[in-house]
Amino acid sequence: MAELKQERTFWERLILIDRRVIYLIIALAMTLPFFFQMGLPIPATKEVQDIYDHIEALTPSDVVIISADFDPSVSPELLPMFDALFRHCLKAGVKVMAMSLAVQGPGLIEPVIHDAAKDYNKTNGLDYAFLGWQYGFTLVIMNMMEDLKQTFPVDYYGTRTVDLPILQGVETFADYDLIVSLAGSAVYMNWLLYAHEPYNVPLACGVTAVSAADVYPYIQSGQFLGMLGGLKGAAEYETLIEEKRMATMGMEAQNWAHIIIILFIIIGNIGYLIIGRKK
Amino acid sequence: MLWKKQIPLAITFIMGLVFGIQYFVPHRVSDTLFKNYLNFAIVIGVFGTILAYISFYRAHTMRIRRKAPAWPYSVIAIIVSIVMAIFGFAQGMEAGTVFSNMYFYVLVSIEATMFSLLAFYISSAAYRAFRARSAQATALLVAAIIVMIGRIPLGEGMSFWTLIFPEAPTFPDIANWILNVPNMAAKRAMQLGIGLGMMMLSLKIVLGIERSYMGGGD
Repeated sequence: MAELKQERTFWERLILIDRRVIYLIIALAMTLPFFFQMGLPIPATKEVQDIYDHIEALTPSDVVIISADFDPSVSPELLPMFDALFRHCLKAGVKVMAMSLAVQGPGLIEPVIHDAAKDYNKTNGLDYAFLGWQYGFTLVIMNMMEDLKQTFPVDYYGTRTVDLPILQGVETFADYDLIVSLAGSAVYMNWLLYAHEPYNVPLACGVTAVSAADVYPYIQSGQFLGMLGGLKGAAEYETLIEEKRMATMGMEAQNWAHIIIILFIIIGNIGYLIIGRKK
Repeated sequence: MLWKKQIPLAITFIMGLVFGIQYFVPHRVSDTLFKNYLNFAIVIGVFGTILAYISFYRAHTMRIRRKAPAWPYSVIAIIVSIVMAIFGFAQGMEAGTVFSNMYFYVLVSIEATMFSLLAFYISSAAYRAFRARSAQATALLVAAIIVMIGRIPLGEGMSFWTLIFPEAPTFPDIANWILNVPNMAAKRAMQLGIGLGMMMLSLKIVLGIERSYMGGGD
């Protein structure tokens, strides 16, 4: 009987490998780089550099709004973007305002804002404002183009926005010099449709790596002046502001995860070709 | 019938027409109308949120009463929503409060974990299913590998041919070209189609041809 049982070839065994082995290899590929950093350079792409250059060209009276339109599921990719952008704005000395169209957004960015403000010795209400969340998605965008303080009567901490020194003279779309939407879904399109198109407010976005391909047509048309695509976009921005933080560390893990997945694809296809040819 | 059909259809038609014209009329009256609409829409939305809460509790209560499959999860959903609300109102949402701790150490961790699991499934699927079965599949496979290499810091170093031809494009350059040229051409065509479809659907809703948003399936 034993002779009748057909022996599996090396490639057949490799193709039918237990999926738990794959999971283990991926887990190792993603965790080990956090302990053994290679420190590879992450040069900025044009889409990222353009956002950086735009903020660098602003003056202290100019206003940047960063909208954290995401929830915890995508925060490993998008939170480092918020961190890098917010820190750059504080460093550049522009008036920066953080807000969110997603109800879970403010809770995620509050500690980041707190830490960045502490590091740069900046004061809430004077150097930056945290407007929090407001109900309505597109309605919030349309409303804040007409009247910011009416849209956000109080900030995240409950202070009346009319009393915030940083908001003196900031009323409508004409006062916004850049809006950056960090979105885990297609929310950035709402900013494009209701802020950029009717009011011509300069707009940029940060999206997850899987959504990045959707944004390229709008960059080429000039509707978005730049984009941070996935963790790499955030890491590139960290390189530009010369602060290697969450994203740069995460890129090491992503580096090896990509390599392992590519190797899996190549091995899988070699096996498929060899077995297919034999059959 | 009048309340459920004719009046909603009339409101949709009139508002669609008025705000369609309003967008193109740069006049004080037009601006005032738009501002009033924005306030009005937010108020309606808040009432919508209240309805959502009622619907949430009703749906889960019914599941518990009927002992529907996985009904204990409905009990958890109701309890957690009430507990979070009580702590949120009682202590606030600042760092260190129960609300904040439950948010960061339960919700954020759960959602991030769920999304992170994708990496494992993608790896397994890539190994078993991503095959060069046809010319199209091979093109997709090659493009995917190039973009994946081009999107990591090692991509630059893996472009070994630049040692012989320093001016030749690297993996990141080729990945950017794939994203900016063939990808964009396909995306733009799709988005044009989607845009035209959205316009047609909006027109059908305003004219009362498309009525599925009112429920009832007609």
